[in-house]
Amino acid sequence: MDFGNLIRNYGEAVAMILFGIGFSNLLLQKNLIKKIIGLNIMDTATYLFLALKGYIDGRKAPVLTDGVQSVEAYVNPIPSGLVLTGIVVSVSVTALMLSLTIRLYRRYHTLDLDEISTLLKKEEK
Amino acid sequence: MEFIRNFPFFSIVLSLFSGPLSSILGGKWAKRVNGAVIVLCGLMSCAVLWYVCRTGEAFVYTMGHFPAPWGNEIRAGVLEALMAAFFCVIMLLCMLGGSREREAEIQSSKQNLYYIMVDLLLCSLLALLYTNDLFTAYVFVEINTISACGLIMIRQNGHTFEAATRYMIMSLLGSGLLLLGLCFLYDLTGHLLMSNIQEAVRALAAQGQYQTPLLVAICLMSVGLAIKSALFPFHTWLPDAYGYSTVSSAAILSSLVSKGYIFLLVKIFYRVIGFDIISGSKVIHVLFVFGIAGMIMGSVDAIRESDIRRMIAYSSVAQIGYIYMGFGLGTAAGVIASIYHVICHASTKSLLFVAASGITQASGGRSNFMDLDGAGYRDKLAGVAFTVGSLSMVGVPMFAGFISKLFFAQAAVGHTLKMLPTLIALAVSTILNTVYFMKTVIRIYTPLKADALPEGYEEISVRRQPAKSAAMILFILLNLILGLNSEPVIRLIERGLEMFS
Repeated sequence: MDFGNLIRNYGEAVAMILFGIGFSNLLLQKNLIKKIIGLNIMDTATYLFLALKGYIDGRKAPVLTDGVQSVEAYVNPIPSGLVLTGIVVSVSVTALMLSLTIRLYRRYHTLDLDEISTLLKKEEK
Repeated sequence: MEFIRNFPFFSIVLSLFSGPLSSILGGKWAKRVNGAVIVLCGLMSCAVLWYVCRTGEAFVYTMGHFPAPWGNEIRAGVLEALMAAFFCVIMLLCMLGGSREREAEIQSSKQNLYYIMVDLLLCSLLALLYTNDLFTAYVFVEINTISACGLIMIRQNGHTFEAATRYMIMSLLGSGLLLLGLCFLYDLTGHLLMSNIQEAVRALAAQGQYQTPLLVAICLMSVGLAIKSALFPFHTWLPDAYGYSTVSSAAILSSLVSKGYIFLLVKIFYRVIGFDIISGSKVIHVLFVFGIAGMIMGSVDAIRESDIRRMIAYSSVAQIGYIYMGFGLGTAAGVIASIYHVICHASTKSLLFVAASGITQASGGRSNFMDLDGAGYRDKLAGVAFTVGSLSMVGVPMFAGFISKLFFAQAAVGHTLKMLPTLIALAVSTILNTVYFMKTVIRIYTPLKADALPEGYEEISVRRQPAKSAAMILFILLNLILGLNSEPVIRLIERGLEMFS
């Protein structure tokens, strides 16, 4: 196996590991707050990946400085734009998840989703 | 005539802005605005459908007049316009069918919030159908998820909060995977517009470069959208979400929200990657296996369920399984059958939810299977409607469900490897469907043994709830039209898929 590429692109590798951590936390944690933290790690990992892919060493943000107009001097602004859009999306879903958590906590006084399910079943009987 | 080219954009923006407008209106006016917006969007989609059928080719609408690789685009072909018009019809009927329940189950101060959610949902569905830009699609997928979550939890009790939380968690897992898949694809191709991505992907495939990352991207996007549309092992949130929300929400969620994601997946298959590359990859085998598992397991779960609405919800799992099985066949015929099944399932499942609410209402609000004796006599129209829906889901000729099963079977026959599993799964699933649907139909037509009506049981005449009755009658008609006159719809789907590539 050739690990050269993996080491050279260590940033992307870290982003993928973080994505895995976030994903499994969102899926497996019982505590709702920990789930939300997992969600944020997952989303942030994606933005890290995008930002890394969008950056080229030695180039600048695409704002014309000192009249340099060569394409070679600047990086593509779209990945940064995507990251910003993604952040807006993840802020809104995080807010929604947190508000749901508050509602559930006020009603059942616990953050454990499985316990809430058991309480709900008891309520039914 | 050229003016019609603006209509896809108009319908998206109209539904988008009616949301904020509804926030300053009262419940009554929000409802009117919502109804008007759905009708207008439906009419505009019909006009677009007529226009693209006449010109015979899809058209691209450049947002802000920036040319292809830079600007954002909307694209409308036959399939997009057909689905948009159909979605508007179904949404209107769902809103009609559940209007009385909504007024009873939602606090009066929060009525207008419900319509905001529906407006935004319509906007995101139309945008998912029409957009030609992958990242825009992702953003509207999230808007879709958020408004769907609002639709679940607007009826405030513990069950809906829990269901909404579970729904959000699964949806967010799905959209995380979808976003990562998009990022991979963007890195590989450098484009976000679907047609440009396809060119780049074809060039990569011709050179044999980056095949593994491409496969990973396809997997991530397929799995993400499969999670979001509740394919079998990811369906755990579904029965609660459909079973406890108000009836319009349940009908809209089952018939439209999950279908929007499925349509996006079709678009990704055809417009982004290219169907020949997809059918050559192993991803479709995975979708096939899980689709078949869903067909069987969804029905088994539905048989074990004693609550009528949760039973219908589990039946949705089975029907989603059918759709993914059609994709899994990897042929154009399979995809046509799947898209027809999307239409058929959307019209039938919303009919079933509306009819089930009539049945439970006639039984004093009890939704347990054992309490439904004779409900078909107490609310005659709901009984008939439920029977029609059941027959369609089982696949009796004359009704919509039969046609899609027929097409699935036909699509499978040409396939050497997958023919036998598909036909067996279709047969088994039909028998299982019959078990739980016919069980319920027989139950609602079993006369009550007691002489006097138990407490809460009441006779419901057609005239007492005109909106719901009208919705049920129109649903039944729609079902019969789809079942008896499927030819034009199939031809439109075929033409639409041709326009896709």
